[in-house]
Amino acid sequence: MSAKKNITLNINGVDHHVQVEPRRTLVDAIRDECGQTGTHIGCEHGVCGACTIMLDGKPVRSCLMFAVQADGARLRTVEGLADGDRLHPLQQSFIDHHGLQCGFCTPGFLMLTAGVLEQEPDISDEGLIDALSSNLCRCTGYQNIIKAVLAAAADMRAAR
Amino acid sequence: MKPASFEYHRPTTLEEAVKALAEYAPQDGRILSGGQSLVPTMALRMAKPAHLIDINGVRELADIKVTEDALIIGAGVRHAAFHKPVVDGALGQLLSFVVRHIAHYPIRQRGTFCGSLAHADPSSEWCLVSATLDAEITATSVRGARSIAVTELIEWAMSTTLAEDEILTSVRLPLLPENTRFGFYEFSRRAGDYALAMSLVTYELADGVIAAPRVGIGGVEGVPRRIAEAEEVLLGQKPSPDLFRAAAEAVANAADPMSDLQASANYRRDLARTVVRRALERSLP
Amino acid sequence: MKPPVRETATNWVGRSLRRFEDPSLVRGDGRFTADVPAALYVRFVRSPVASGKIVKIAAPDHVRLVTAADLSGVKPIQPMLHKFNYVPVMQPVLADGVVRFVGEAVAAVICQNEDEAEDHCDLVDLQIEDTAPVVDARMAVGGAAAAVHAEAPNNVIVEGRVKTPECDAVFATAARVETVEVRSHRQNALPMETRGAHAVYDPVTRRTTLICSTQMPHLMRTAIADLLGMREADLRVIAPDVGGGFGQKMSLAPEYVLLVWLARKYRTSVAWKEDRRENLMSSFHSRDQYITLSGAFDAKGKLLGLSADILANIGAYSCFPTTCGVEPLMALAELPGPYDVRDYACVSRGVVTNTCPMAPYRGVSRPVITFALERLMDKAARHLGMDAIDIRRRNLVRAFPYTSVMGLVFDEASYAETMEMAVDAIDIPAFRRRQQQALAEGRYLGIGFAAFSERTGYGTPAFAARGMGITPGWETVEIAMDPSGYVEARIGASPHGQGLDTALAQIMADELGVTPDKVRVVHGDTDRTPYGWGTFASRSAVICGGATLLASRKVKEKLVRIASHMLEASAADIFIADGVAKVAGTDRALPVEALAREVYHHSHKFGADVGPGLSDSASYDPAGTFSNACHAVIVEVDIETCGVSIERYIVAEDAGRLINPMIADGQICGGVAQGVANALYEQIVYDETGNILTTTLADYMPPTAHEIPAIEIMHLETMSSATITKAKGLGEGGSIGAPAAIVNAINDALSPFGVSLDEFPVTPERIHTALNAASKVPSMTPEGARA
Repeated sequence: MSAKKNITLNINGVDHHVQVEPRRTLVDAIRDECGQTGTHIGCEHGVCGACTIMLDGKPVRSCLMFAVQADGARLRTVEGLADGDRLHPLQQSFIDHHGLQCGFCTPGFLMLTAGVLEQEPDISDEGLIDALSSNLCRCTGYQNIIKAVLAAAADMRAAR
Repeated sequence: MKPASFEYHRPTTLEEAVKALAEYAPQDGRILSGGQSLVPTMALRMAKPAHLIDINGVRELADIKVTEDALIIGAGVRHAAFHKPVVDGALGQLLSFVVRHIAHYPIRQRGTFCGSLAHADPSSEWCLVSATLDAEITATSVRGARSIAVTELIEWAMSTTLAEDEILTSVRLPLLPENTRFGFYEFSRRAGDYALAMSLVTYELADGVIAAPRVGIGGVEGVPRRIAEAEEVLLGQKPSPDLFRAAAEAVANAADPMSDLQASANYRRDLARTVVRRALERSLP
Repeated sequence: MKPPVRETATNWVGRSLRRFEDPSLVRGDGRFTADVPAALYVRFVRSPVASGKIVKIAAPDHVRLVTAADLSGVKPIQPMLHKFNYVPVMQPVLADGVVRFVGEAVAAVICQNEDEAEDHCDLVDLQIEDTAPVVDARMAVGGAAAAVHAEAPNNVIVEGRVKTPECDAVFATAARVETVEVRSHRQNALPMETRGAHAVYDPVTRRTTLICSTQMPHLMRTAIADLLGMREADLRVIAPDVGGGFGQKMSLAPEYVLLVWLARKYRTSVAWKEDRRENLMSSFHSRDQYITLSGAFDAKGKLLGLSADILANIGAYSCFPTTCGVEPLMALAELPGPYDVRDYACVSRGVVTNTCPMAPYRGVSRPVITFALERLMDKAARHLGMDAIDIRRRNLVRAFPYTSVMGLVFDEASYAETMEMAVDAIDIPAFRRRQQQALAEGRYLGIGFAAFSERTGYGTPAFAARGMGITPGWETVEIAMDPSGYVEARIGASPHGQGLDTALAQIMADELGVTPDKVRVVHGDTDRTPYGWGTFASRSAVICGGATLLASRKVKEKLVRIASHMLEASAADIFIADGVAKVAGTDRALPVEALAREVYHHSHKFGADVGPGLSDSASYDPAGTFSNACHAVIVEVDIETCGVSIERYIVAEDAGRLINPMIADGQICGGVAQGVANALYEQIVYDETGNILTTTLADYMPPTAHEIPAIEIMHLETMSSATITKAKGLGEGGSIGAPAAIVNAINDALSPFGVSLDEFPVTPERIHTALNAASKVPSMTPEGARA
């Protein structure tokens, strides 16, 4: 065991001052130290994408970083996606298009696509589907996720 | 699947970084850059470094520089930087085409070009690009900096000739002449998977004939490399389906493919032929 | 008398209502097992070898280690069958003296956090003396193999045999006997949420609460209480949000038993979060089967007899509660599928090996038997010079009820009609033209079909036929309308992604005359719900839905009686719809909540025929119903890379009445995706020493959005008398049809080479091997097109 470090994780605009061992992965710190359990753990080796969050506006796998590396960064998780009672267009679209069943992979897909659309608001439909292949879902067969994301992306573009 | 304990060091200058590595490398210290390969290896406890020196805070490594004849990619430059061409001309286009085949979008936000070379995976796209284009890398330590050809850097799968106190600080890729054509083709089982076989080809077209051909294969053998036998077939010839077939055949004959869970050596040899021919076909405008 | 009020009532069943489950899940407010913090964490030390004797387990003093030696008084898991030559084998909660598969839990380490628990596991000194492992099912019954369990010297622990008297004669005189040898490789159901458990002891009540990722909370309570010698009342099991199950989470995890034991021992909270490597290695596997299937046909392609030898590798132990009979016995009973055949011989064996135990996985054997049968049909058609569709037309069951050669009664269905829908939609003549043109360009397109029946919603009669020590089947639903007019339904089923809360709300809304948003469904808590079997086997919409309908009718009847009193009208004139009780033909009406308020708070006003309160319950235990479907697929095989791409995927499905079409289509789509994964991508691989090689998601290859095609779904809705809601189950059909249809299409594409691929997944490597072995120079006409 090595000494714990004091770090500040800014999650959805709120500072969490926590003490972690350097080996603590970012997703473990977000879930355990900060109590934000909307971000899920599906594989811990970077393949499934259930732990996808936004780090300084970019979608990343939070199982493939150490919490100490995110000290001072702006983190956004699924809990910060809605604007109060108003769901993010992606969240509403997942509901409207039946883009989730068990819902375990959903936060990862939402943060992945929200992140991609923030980075590249004009990304092509093909590019979006390509990005969606980053994460795994076992329930939906992906087709409704694709529909949900393409519809939300079109709405978001129209609203600009 | 939790990593074993380690001490964490976060230098902010290259000088601090090489000092830290010199100090901790003998105590099983390693560089942490993008972490997209290292961290899962640690999660599986296949790697248990005692010290990690995180170079993500070293600003002087974060840039891409363009000189008169080369592109110099610092150790902090992430795959996603190449989503759009970083330089005018064939090289920028080539890199932005190839980068879309590397893993997945979120991985590309963290993983780095130089980290891929230091990791030396046989199926790494950047290792293939670097081998095909005869890249040079700079290795820096407290003892100074030295330049190494990529062919000298990668010894075998997952193994390099870097000394334990050396950081792979940059990669130098030669800019490609204006009349350069390139083609890249990769076959993998799922989107974003490591290639079972891939090929990058470049050549210049002068007066309708091929000059300076480069035929690289990756994912086939332990180390991506150029296949001289195929380049000889192409040199001085006019591009044609028959010529491309002959070059692909030369690759299949010259390759010494590896065997693993996904693909036998036999299958890989046939794949190598196909990916090379298709890469050549894609090189046509 | 059909009152006019009824005609204007809103019907909720049949609508694609948005799911009530979704808002919390999209906000990240779902509550999954791993979200609950604990005082202590457990990590398991697992066997690194497939077979051996434990010589030593020791750890430094500061490591809190639990081994089998600590568990005296804890019974081993021993699921029972009373038929089919079943040999009961025992599975200790922690390996006791011997290990039988790589990944078997040998010891548990308890620590204050997960990171250190893993450190401590690395400090455990585990010494095992290797013995020769048995890995493959054929090897296991080969005679020379060691016995995995001493009780079963030949490694066969379940064996079903059937043979009709005329079967041999039919084969002897048939115009054509066709044989296929198929191999289905091992799979993992791979829910995105791995297994996990959290147990906490309450010193005040002396009860223990187990929160775990399960499809069967009530059965977990029964099993664990029995094994630990507890009263069931002292154990509460909660299935919170569950991140997918697909069968893997219906079987008892030995780890869950230990968690309850630990919580009671340490009198605190203790948690286990399975990691993905453990899930791939030690959670349940499935589908590891060999089938040799012969069909006797007359000259016109009529199927006269079937003869099958089925060998299912069930791994090292038998799973609870279904037992390892679930795969071989379902294969035995249902192999004849949707085809009319009067003679049948079958030997179906389940054999133990030194591999991870088998448990049900979406489809249970039917993806494999459908594959065998549909390969047989295609091959027979080819050799008889028939069209692949015509041979199916000649044999599909068309008159109902139909009693199968195994005595199963097929209720009203549309086997032929769904096939014709799929055939029309995919336009075979146009495809064959395109296939010819493509071939001229050196491209290989293929078309494939799979017609099948999907037995769903079966109750105790079906399970009793298997002779299980425990006979599942019925479901109970309790419905209460509270004084404010809101409805709570407490169910024994345990949905985990199927949208059952929404579907049941639709059923209740129609029956009770309220809007669905006034209905809440409570599930997954043994303290709050009536005993029930959970969610598996495509049963919940049928059985729990049926119990919901019956319970709703009882509550509705009482509402009518209340309204009859309050509105001073005959009960026959009371109609309740859209939240209002009305007297037909008048403007006299009361809101439903006023009725509810009155029966609780002014019950004295009613006569003895009403009584206080507004709740009732009902159980439903149907014999079962058969859904049916036909899948039609077009693929392209790249003969150079040996990659397969799916160009078009059509599902023509009949699952009776669709309660919520959106949810139904979601189930089909997800099932097909898992079928595509089965057909082309996923395989658990063991080497000859019994070491598992696929322990990451980079090696075990679940497909991504890129690999799964768009799926065109068409429905027929046959109203069957076998189910009171008229809904049939459809949870598994997608995964049942896909491997057969896809591999048939690949074989059609590669027919110019004369190859036959009869094992799945069809990986690029397997295609490459087949093409290399092909003796034939490719002909320029696909064989299907010549017929």
